Parts: sequence; C-alpha cells; structure tokens
Amino acid sequence: METAELTQEEQFQTRIDADVRIEPKDWMPEAYRKTLIRQISQHAHSEIVGMLPEGNWITRAPSLKRKAILLAKVQDEAGHGLYLYSAAETLGASRDQMLADLHSGKAKYSSIFNYPTLSWADMGTIGWLVDGAAILNQVPLCRTSYGPYARAMVRVCKEESFHQRQGFEIMQTLSEGTPEQKQMAQEALNRWWWPTLMMFGPKDADSPNTEQSMKWRIKRFTNDELRQKFVDMMVPQAEFLGLTVPDEKLRWNEAKQGYDFGEVDWAEFWDVVKGNGPCSRERLQARVDAWNEGEWVREAALAHAAKRSARGKV
Amino acid sequence: MQDTHTILLPEVTPEVRQQLFDYVLQLADTSLILAHRLSEWCGHGPILEQDLAMANISLDLLGEARSYYQYAAELEGQGRTEDDLAYLRSAVQYRNPLLVEQPNGDFAHTIVRQFLYDAFHYHLLVQLQTGPDRQLAAIAEKSVKEAAYHVKWSAEWVIRLGDGTDESRRRVETAINALWRYQGELTTPTPTEQALQAVGFVPGYAAIQQQIDQHVARVFEEATLAVPQGVFAQKGGKTGRHSEHLGYLLTELQYMQRAYPGMKW
Repeated sequence: METAELTQEEQFQTRIDADVRIEPKDWMPEAYRKTLIRQISQHAHSEIVGMLPEGNWITRAPSLKRKAILLAKVQDEAGHGLYLYSAAETLGASRDQMLADLHSGKAKYSSIFNYPTLSWADMGTIGWLVDGAAILNQVPLCRTSYGPYARAMVRVCKEESFHQRQGFEIMQTLSEGTPEQKQMAQEALNRWWWPTLMMFGPKDADSPNTEQSMKWRIKRFTNDELRQKFVDMMVPQAEFLGLTVPDEKLRWNEAKQGYDFGEVDWAEFWDVVKGNGPCSRERLQARVDAWNEGEWVREAALAHAAKRSARGKV
Repeated sequence: MQDTHTILLPEVTPEVRQQLFDYVLQLADTSLILAHRLSEWCGHGPILEQDLAMANISLDLLGEARSYYQYAAELEGQGRTEDDLAYLRSAVQYRNPLLVEQPNGDFAHTIVRQFLYDAFHYHLLVQLQTGPDRQLAAIAEKSVKEAAYHVKWSAEWVIRLGDGTDESRRRVETAINALWRYQGELTTPTPTEQALQAVGFVPGYAAIQQQIDQHVARVFEEATLAVPQGVFAQKGGKTGRHSEHLGYLLTELQYMQRAYPGMKW
C-alpha cells in the first residue's frame, strides 16, 4: 500500500488505527481538534467547578485529619484543572477563552456538580461514587489518541484513585458508626446514586458524538458500557457497607453476569444539562464572581511584571 | 515521631509545664485559625495558580497546628486528643492573636494579613528551632522551611499589589491601614510568654521584632509602600479577648463535633 496515495485524513486514521499517538504538531482533521478542545476544556471546567461542592465542607470537616485530607483533595482538583487547560492549550485554545466560554454558559461541565452537598456524608459519597464514576470514564483516557491529553490523564487518574479510597473510607467509618451516622450515609447515597449514573452521559442511542469519538479513539467505551461497569462495581461495595442502592429494579442477571437496573430519569438529566440543576446558577455564579473579583489582581500582576521588565529586572 | 515524644519532653516544674501547654496551644490555635481562613478561599481565588498556593499554605499551617495540638495533648497528659483541643474549646479559651482571625476581605486584605503573620512566624520559628524544648524545636525545624516559602509568596504579592496598578495600590494601602494595628500583639508577650522567656523556652521578642521590622521595611520599599508609624496596637486574642469574628469561625469549624458529640469520623 503506497501511503502517498492516501489523503491526509486517511493517513491520520491509519495512525489512529495503529494506536500511534497524535502530537500537537501533527496534522489533524479540524473536527478532531474541535472535539478534543470541547472535551478537554469541558473536563478542565468540571475539575474547577467540582471544587465548589466539596469546598463547601472544608470549613466544617469533623476532624483535623479529615479537614486536611479534604483540602488536599480539592487542591488536587485545581491541579487537574491546570494540567487539562494546558493540554487544551496545545491544540491552540487559550485559557482565557475557555474560561470565557464557561462563564457565558457556552461550555459545559459535568452536571453532577450542580447538586448540593447537604451533609458530611456527601463528602464520602462524592469520593466513593462520583470519583469512582470519574475513574471509569478516565482510565480509558490514559490511552486516548491525543498524546498531551493521555499523559495528563495518567497523572489525574493516580490521584483520583486516592480520592476514591478516601471517600470509601469516610463511608466505611459512617457505616460502622452510630445509627445517626448510618442514616447520614444512606441518605447521601439516596441523593447521589442516580445523578452519578447520569455522569456517563445519555444512552448510546442518544449520544451523537460517540461513534466518531470511538473511531478516533478519543473514546474507548460507550456510555452504556461504562454505566453497566459502574453498577456492577458499586453494588457489591454498597452491600459491603450495609447500604441500600435506591433502585427497586436492581437484580443480578446470571446470564449476562451483570446487574439489571432501573432507568435513569432522563428528563432530569436534560434539565440539569440545560442549566436547571438545583445549584447550576450558584456554581456558575461562584466561578464568574471569582473571575470578576480577581480581575484587579490579574491586572496588577501584569502591570508589575511589565514594570519590572522595563527596568530590566527578571 | 509519636514514640519519641515522651523522651523529648523537657523536665520542668508542673508550673512551667502548664505554661508550656498554654503556649503550645497558642501556637496551635494560631496556625489552625489562619489555615481555616485561607481554606475559605478554596475554589474562589483570583487565579487558579493562587487558589493552589493558598490551599498549599493552608495545608502547611494545618499540619503545623496538628503537631502542636498533639504535643499539647501530650504535655497535658489528660487523654485529650488534637480534635478535643481544636473542636471542644470555646472562643474565650482560644489563644490565637487577633490578626489571624480577621476575615479574608479582598485578596489585598488576605495578602497583608498573611505577610504580617508570615514575617513574624518565620523569624519566631528560626529561634524556636534552637530552643531547649526538643519537641517544639523539631516541629519548628520542619515548619520553618514551609514558613520561608510562605513569607516569600506573600512578600511577592505585597510587592506586586503595591507596585502594580492604581487600584491594587489603593486596595493594599486600605488593607495595611485596616490590619497594621494587629501586628503589635504578635510580639507583645503575655504573662505566660514572659514566664517562659524567663526560663529560656520562648525567645525574646525584641530581637524578633527588629528582624520583622527590617524584613517588612525591605519588602515595603520594593513595593513602594509606606510603613505606618505610631499605630495603636490592638491586643487581646492571646489572652482570650477576641474580636467578634472568632465566634462565627468556631461555630463553623466546630459544627460537626458539637452537633454529633463523641462520634468517630
């Protein structure tokens, strides 16, 4: 086969099919670049907005040790945001533009962060379930076709698995605690279970981007495949904790060696995606406020740097 | 470190031991309250990199606070834990100076509060490192490396804001005017500190004040800011006479332990 006879696009697909990583300076179809910028910036925004629901409990953490762990975890999320914005910048996107798109509502972030954190058990549930779902989504991304994204995800995934363990440990402590603590854990699971299942995105039949993303090996599993894996992984863990998954249709299916489970409330999913989640306005407003109130600080830093370089100081 | 505590405990009279307990608790409260204030910024910083920096400093101070609380619990020997000391004491029992409990305000207030504290903290730790209490010296030795980074970070921001734009200059000057009155308390010894200074467990504050003054003068000069003169020093936190802000801070900090007493988390 003469590669010279292939179009640029065909050569690109040949490299993808051979699992050769695409790097920033390589030729790539414009649609591939756009899809990646959309996905990576969305992922970065999720990390940054995701700091807010857990940040809500840093000042109320029940022990000094928990306070330190939670603060370190939320700080890790800021770090993940930084790696991911940098990865998107290698595709020609600017951080300021990506943030402007977040603030205007044009860019999306994971809808899970539009739910409120109402009790300390939510810190456990977010670590255990939400980070657990994030890991399932993200581990395959360590092998995604775009090099800088894949490498950023290797670092992110290492830290995420630590986050998930700390979440599970909070749940375990609660479930071994007083009746009040067990109730706190169960109540949190009741609120977070279904929104977590929504994190895998719409059903495959309603996911227009999946096919192309799989072909480009940006994505390696479909939404429904990952959702099934998640349920299969989490149900035994909930049982171990002595907690009840809030799904009456949940049954072990011997034939498929997996669980059958109830239908996600897709009307709620689309409402939240459209910006009508219980905390959607508050989350976005918090980001916009931080950005606007920080403007004079960023300007001062730039002005000072300009003065220094004019004086010839580094 | 846990196992070596006992052998590092200084052999002192019960009276000095009590004073030492009070002083270590004062150090612990100070680090915890400032860590708590900084942690309120998490997710709301003006620049992502500075959000990270503030969380980092907060974590350092929290770690330092825990070391002091654990040591204080050991000195007391009544079976209280670090969490008992942090979560089950009321505002009037807290011993932090007024400066660190002041609200975050805008970024300029946070930076000025931090710089004034960092300058004191760093020079204090340098002295504590060589003190006769080996446990306190060990904590200081670990923390001084972190404090050196903290004071570098906050000094750089004082300089950027002072010598940045008209607005940043106006804001940092407003913050200096608001917070300068709390600086004097840091190096004004309480009766407990005086007693410990007399037996050499706490360094003399006159020398530290001189180092702080030089440090601040150097940074303010580069920031093109004027060092305030003759400002009345507001005191009281170190003897339990706090501002009204502390009660609200503790209400939040202690909420879980107060609402669900005696549980493991």
